[in-house]
Amino acid sequence: MNIKTPFVLKRIAWVSSLFLLLLLMTIFIGISIGSTGNGVKAVLQSLFGEGGADSMLDTIIWQIRFPRVLLAALVGATLSLGGLVFQALLRNPLAEPYILGISGGSAIGAIIGILAGLSRFPGVSFTAFLGSIATLLLLLIMSSGQSILKKNTLLLSGVMVNAFCGAIIMFLVSMTQDSRLHNIIFWLMGDLSMSDIGQVGILAATLLPCFIILFRYSHSMNLLLMGNEMAQTMGVNIKRVTTILLVTTSFMVSSTVCHCGLIGFVGLVMPHLLRLILGPDHRVLVPACILGGGAYMVICDLLARTLPQQGEMPAGVITAMIGAPLFIYLLKRSKR
Amino acid sequence: MKKAVEIKKLSFSYSENEVLKNIAFSISEGEFFIIIGPNGSGKTTLMKIIAGLLKPKQGKLKIFDRPLKDYTRKDLAKTIALVPQMTLVDFPFTVTELVLMGRSPHLSTLGFEQEKDLEIAKNAMALTDIEHLAHRPLDRLSGGERQRVFIARAICQEPKIILLDEPTASLDLAHQVKVMDLMEKLKKEIGFTVIMVSHDVNLAAMYGDCLLLLKEGQIVSMGKPGAVLTYKTLEKAYDCMLLVDESPLGKFPQVTLVPQKLKTPRK
Repeated sequence: MNIKTPFVLKRIAWVSSLFLLLLLMTIFIGISIGSTGNGVKAVLQSLFGEGGADSMLDTIIWQIRFPRVLLAALVGATLSLGGLVFQALLRNPLAEPYILGISGGSAIGAIIGILAGLSRFPGVSFTAFLGSIATLLLLLIMSSGQSILKKNTLLLSGVMVNAFCGAIIMFLVSMTQDSRLHNIIFWLMGDLSMSDIGQVGILAATLLPCFIILFRYSHSMNLLLMGNEMAQTMGVNIKRVTTILLVTTSFMVSSTVCHCGLIGFVGLVMPHLLRLILGPDHRVLVPACILGGGAYMVICDLLARTLPQQGEMPAGVITAMIGAPLFIYLLKRSKR
Repeated sequence: MKKAVEIKKLSFSYSENEVLKNIAFSISEGEFFIIIGPNGSGKTTLMKIIAGLLKPKQGKLKIFDRPLKDYTRKDLAKTIALVPQMTLVDFPFTVTELVLMGRSPHLSTLGFEQEKDLEIAKNAMALTDIEHLAHRPLDRLSGGERQRVFIARAICQEPKIILLDEPTASLDLAHQVKVMDLMEKLKKEIGFTVIMVSHDVNLAAMYGDCLLLLKEGQIVSMGKPGAVLTYKTLEKAYDCMLLVDESPLGKFPQVTLVPQKLKTPRK
């Protein structure tokens, strides 16, 4: 029997290998560079098992930088993919978990979880998930009754949900004298510094099934872009697909948010950039967003770690400085 | 002749507003069937019910002698394709990518198209005369081109029935004729059953094998254009003065609007 590999599959394989290479390269750079000196040689030495490397530098590389870089990659992957899915679901290229307030909602959930004294996993992850689902419902109710969620109504609703979430977060922070919240402000701007390899492992194990589920429905996302009715007449079970996509994405984003705080605009920048290069086919974009988004976040985190003369800045500062101007540009272009 | 669509005692309402009232008719296989009627007469609702997008409150609906509710979404997609009213797609798919989407009911969830599917898409693009646009992104097409792309997508789906919702509504004259000619060609050459909602009674008169005239959710008249498009039925349906005579092009009626300033009191 002569079965030819489908041409889309070939393209996915090509793009994925290319972006995987890119991700590995950025991870290598990420663990090599840091405040205690450059460790390209040390990384290479410990990778290829040649002993005699500076054991202090070795520890820093594998116990501190490596988990952090992995966390950055996971966060970038999740947020980019989250943006991609929301853009398809709402048929709005400007949708993004942070802009829509979904991240804010899960942050409220996470803070309540922390205040209630729950463990980070699964306790806080679960309250964060509830928070994201609640904001999502709020958002859908606010913009329902409009024909297929009109663009501006949705964005405006998102901005308001976001402002509301911000107020609640500040309220909670101000009302507690709790030491657990001492670095909450930092966390609100996106913080990747609290990572150990065990937590990163758990997060990776949670996210992987989500990635697989979302890839499985990537062609349905293509069809969804044609509008609900068209998608249905092409054989898509709208209710099922929409529910699966919404729940999976909210779960994925909220698990990430409770580890890294609020990092904005990643879900806007990466899908747009990749769509520009690769076209709008989600079967290609889903793996590209996972790998490319990871690489992007690793670089942003590297900048956040190395730009300040002393200490570091929250990674969310870098992503917002890149993302917010792009958002304004895209909004202006879509008005035309 | 086989019945493509059979509707009995069909009613539909949005909350309290009854849009279709006790409708019954059938459409033969291979027919060019055009649904006409004033705004709010329930044309589009009727079409969405046939497409399986709305569930009727009452009544029976069979597609090729099989109740609609027995079809799965995929089965239905292999039987009926829809060409919607102007759809704006914000995402820059190319024409080929869009036409290929029509293959999805025949493929797995991930929709990995084979060479064979690409072949079918190319044929569909040849039929609709859009081969030269194959690599153009959707947002860089004119209205008429875009409409033909969506028709090609419907052909690519290899259905038995194609539904079109006012396909000529925002097109210039040349493109109107081109779209209608295309649908007639598809009917004759491939044997599609074509069901169209239209506002243009004159196009309906020239192309329709059978017309259905709706008003306020009820059938005013149904049959050949000559029988439906008479002065009496049209005036009853549209509540305005019209002139109906025979078209200089052949044996079908031609409807002319009568402006206020030219109205003379009837004797």
